Amino acid sequence: MIYYVGSFGLIIIGLYIVLTKRNLIKVIIGLDLFETGIFLLLICTGYVKGGTAPIFSNAKLTSALMVDPVPQALVLTAIVIGVATLALALSLAIRLYHHYGTLDLRKIRELKW
Amino acid sequence: MRKIISIILLAILTIGVVYCLKEIPFGETQSQVRRYYINNGIKHTGATNIVTSVVVNYRGFDTLGEVTVLFLAAIGLSAVLYREGKRQKKEGRRSSLILYTGCRFLFPLILLFGTYIFIHGHLTPGGGFQGGAIIASGFLLTMLGCWKWGGVNKIGFKITESIAGLIFVVVGLLGLLYGGYFLFNYLPKGVPNELFSAGIIPIIYVAIGFKVGSELSGVLDNLIEES
Repeated sequence: MIYYVGSFGLIIIGLYIVLTKRNLIKVIIGLDLFETGIFLLLICTGYVKGGTAPIFSNAKLTSALMVDPVPQALVLTAIVIGVATLALALSLAIRLYHHYGTLDLRKIRELKW
Repeated sequence: MRKIISIILLAILTIGVVYCLKEIPFGETQSQVRRYYINNGIKHTGATNIVTSVVVNYRGFDTLGEVTVLFLAAIGLSAVLYREGKRQKKEGRRSSLILYTGCRFLFPLILLFGTYIFIHGHLTPGGGFQGGAIIASGFLLTMLGCWKWGGVNKIGFKITESIAGLIFVVVGLLGLLYGGYFLFNYLPKGVPNELFSAGIIPIIYVAIGFKVGSELSGVLDNLIEES
């Protein structure tokens, strides 16, 4: 239960940062927090009480005490994708800084909400 | 004003999610697909790591899509950061002797560790994505630490990445030829818990490892050159 609360708390904090902060770098940090919270929430839904990783490394492990491998497989690829998209967002921020000379969202006219 | 609106929005979202999560008891997943994968994973694929068999075999097509997204992000980054004309080489200070020697000593060890992780992806925790990320961290260490080392060979990254992607697709298409569907596991499964087992899974994971490693290193190289 506490795992649900923690991971959803990360999602809420990330979304709050994205919605209210005005510095572009802070918005990108918020997006990353949001993403991390989603990964943790996905992993939490597949947990089994007292379970181990789904790897048959020795014969004593039984299949009833293994966590769900599907969310782990999804999150595994999503983390690497997250790194690449974060780098893309940072490069866009670099370009915006070169063009406008600032990272403040109030001064970049096309980005106002 | 913005803060009040966003707090209201987040409160509505929280209520909705709490309402959904109340139905999912923590710690007792009842998914049928989990039981199926865990009970039949070794028999079907020969890989002892069930996560690997899900990533590469059961959902291999999905992984191909994810690798494509990674490729597109890397291409987009270099397209956004591209600038006309040759930029002048920055005259950085040479790093101190301890840092320089330490980086040069650690770099091959990090590469070896990354390679170990993606070669043993079907036996131990790890795999192509993690091993590729470790290799990229080794390149990052040299880019930050040994300024004298100079730029890396960008064309080499691109070629490695393209060949690794091609290997993934060609191995999958050969499955179409032998077994009738894409990514069919046509090689012999072997004995579980041995290095040469699980058919095409190690081949694909090594290809993914090379691809992710060269892609992330290219991204880091682009970003460092810009800063």
